Amino acid sequence: MTDAGREPEGARVRLRLGRNRPAVAGGALLALLYALALLAPFLAPYAENDIDRQRFFHPPTPLHLRDEAGHWHARPFVYAMRAGTGPGAGFVEDRSRRIPLGLLVRGARYRLLGFLPTTRHLFGVAPPDRVFLFGADGLGRDELTRLLFGAQVSLTVGLVGIVISFAIGLLLGGLAGYLGGWVDTLIMRFSEVLLSVPGLYLILALRGAFPLDMPSRQVYLAIVTILALIGWAALARVIRGMVLAIRTADYVAAAEALGMGRMRVLVRHILPNTWSFVIVAATLAVPGYILGEVFLSFLGMGVQEPASSWGNMLQEARHLDVMTTYPWMLFAPSIAIFVTVLAFNIFGDGLRDALDPRHAVPAGR
Amino acid sequence: MRTYVLRRLFQIVPLLLAISALTFVALHFANSDPTWIYAENPQISAAQLGRIRHELGIDRPVLVQYLLYLRGIALHFDFGRSYTYHEPVARVLLGRLANTLLLTVAAALVTWGLAIPLGVLAAVRQHRAADRILSLLAFASLSVPEVLSGLVLLWLAARSHLLPVGGMQSVDADLMSPAGRALDVARHLVLPAIVVGLVPLASRMRQMRASLLEVLHLDFVTTARAKGLPERTVIARHALPNALNPMITLFGLTLGSLVSGSFVAEVVFSWPGLGAVTLEAIQRQDQPLVLGAVMMAATVLVLGNLVADLLLAAADPRIARD
Repeated sequence: MTDAGREPEGARVRLRLGRNRPAVAGGALLALLYALALLAPFLAPYAENDIDRQRFFHPPTPLHLRDEAGHWHARPFVYAMRAGTGPGAGFVEDRSRRIPLGLLVRGARYRLLGFLPTTRHLFGVAPPDRVFLFGADGLGRDELTRLLFGAQVSLTVGLVGIVISFAIGLLLGGLAGYLGGWVDTLIMRFSEVLLSVPGLYLILALRGAFPLDMPSRQVYLAIVTILALIGWAALARVIRGMVLAIRTADYVAAAEALGMGRMRVLVRHILPNTWSFVIVAATLAVPGYILGEVFLSFLGMGVQEPASSWGNMLQEARHLDVMTTYPWMLFAPSIAIFVTVLAFNIFGDGLRDALDPRHAVPAGR
Repeated sequence: MRTYVLRRLFQIVPLLLAISALTFVALHFANSDPTWIYAENPQISAAQLGRIRHELGIDRPVLVQYLLYLRGIALHFDFGRSYTYHEPVARVLLGRLANTLLLTVAAALVTWGLAIPLGVLAAVRQHRAADRILSLLAFASLSVPEVLSGLVLLWLAARSHLLPVGGMQSVDADLMSPAGRALDVARHLVLPAIVVGLVPLASRMRQMRASLLEVLHLDFVTTARAKGLPERTVIARHALPNALNPMITLFGLTLGSLVSGSFVAEVVFSWPGLGAVTLEAIQRQDQPLVLGAVMMAATVLVLGNLVADLLLAAADPRIARD
């Protein structure tokens, strides 16, 4: 854990990470997922809350390249879907009407990246027909669209939460280890209290401190705050241990002898040495925050309709008759969550191996 | 050893006090009026409402409320009255706690019943196909949160009709013989226990594998092999008992994580446990019930950690002496 030769060390780490194929794949997947979330309004064929009153619980529309007559088409197409006859019959493909999938079609107006007003969407079909690649929910809203917009919430909750809680954890853990004495006792006892309440109970109890029905934006902030207020404790304890070891180093004594302030010594000279641990721990901790949002929204106490998040999409699929009759509503968000958590775990694992081949960081859970 | 046990027991008290204070303050911030049910009732006048508020004690300063709450617990094991059940919180929660503990024990059986044999298998077949597959599965399972495993199992059960899809008893449980009723509960227990038990499974399996591998390199194992004992005996009689030793200390820690883990499974499978009742209490703004439930969950976790520490001390007397 020495700071010597930062450049060559950085190069070595990149090399080790680059050789770890699963880690590279995990990292690429993460980059892709965040890009999808960023470009959600463009990639999604519809607006987030585009309700179709004719197509409740519409099943996924299959994409075809080859038509009934056996002809191949360069452009993928879907067949028109019509409601089957009789109750609970669902929808059937009308093989007589081929609808080519359009690229860069006009649709709902939105601002690309938040500032470029446009109506172009990556793909779509001409209205009044619709394409539901992952099916539709109980209000006839496109699941793919909801997944993409939901990713904006679910994926950023993790990052924002991590940044806040790790800032707190680094500072408090650093202070506890560096200053010792009553500061140390106070911080460590407090973190012990937080760690002694089973996580989900604590999350819910703190959620109870906020009004149950709040506007989406406030709920988002509340979730991030709750998760961050709980999450710093475990990190602070490890950081404290590392700082205890680092503070006896000669260069710390040297910095102090030069008359540097304690806060400055801590932030400039001690904490940077915990950096590689912090990066790995943060990567492996992000899924916990994502799942925290999923958990709260799944219980109906997180992101509320009409805004979408992976958690409240799961909630809609929660009822037995819904999940058995319309399984895409269960599997679309489930697969998204699984893939995201898996990508973070693989990337974090690879990062750990690259930064510290001796496995200084214990595995999660 | 005895002083160590006593000292650790005494350390629990301030910890639980701090947890109760934290939760109390957090719930106080909710600034939601617990008398909203009465306030909506047209038959209750403003004066009556004021009297109810006074009886509940919520018209006093928060510190006084908190101290009165603590006094009730200390003197009468009284955690207050639930606003929605109109019963003492302790009475509502004890049954729920028992259900959660039942689920936890079943989940622990799943965890350890799978972790030990699979860990042994992975260690014995180190670097071979079985080991590789198991470690891959373990890694993948770390990415499956309980919400997902719970919902997917629920989906499978609903499609296959093999197992009940929720609750703790069938509707006709009252008509069954005691043995039939126990079997009925056991059938309801299977799915939630799997969901909860899977959470710590991967880490426990890896630890079992590592622990056995460590022992397999020791001299006494080489001696046993040199004596010409069959490999099966070497592992079962000589290596495994020694490899299990460090695992015992993990038992208490697993208990704590299982209690936390059972929350989601209880909600998904409508298992009437502590987690399910906590959720219900929060939704209905039943603060005394929330407070009591959080305290109970924390107590179980703290006791689990205590058991872990004591087991560790029993295995390694140096810890208690320090």
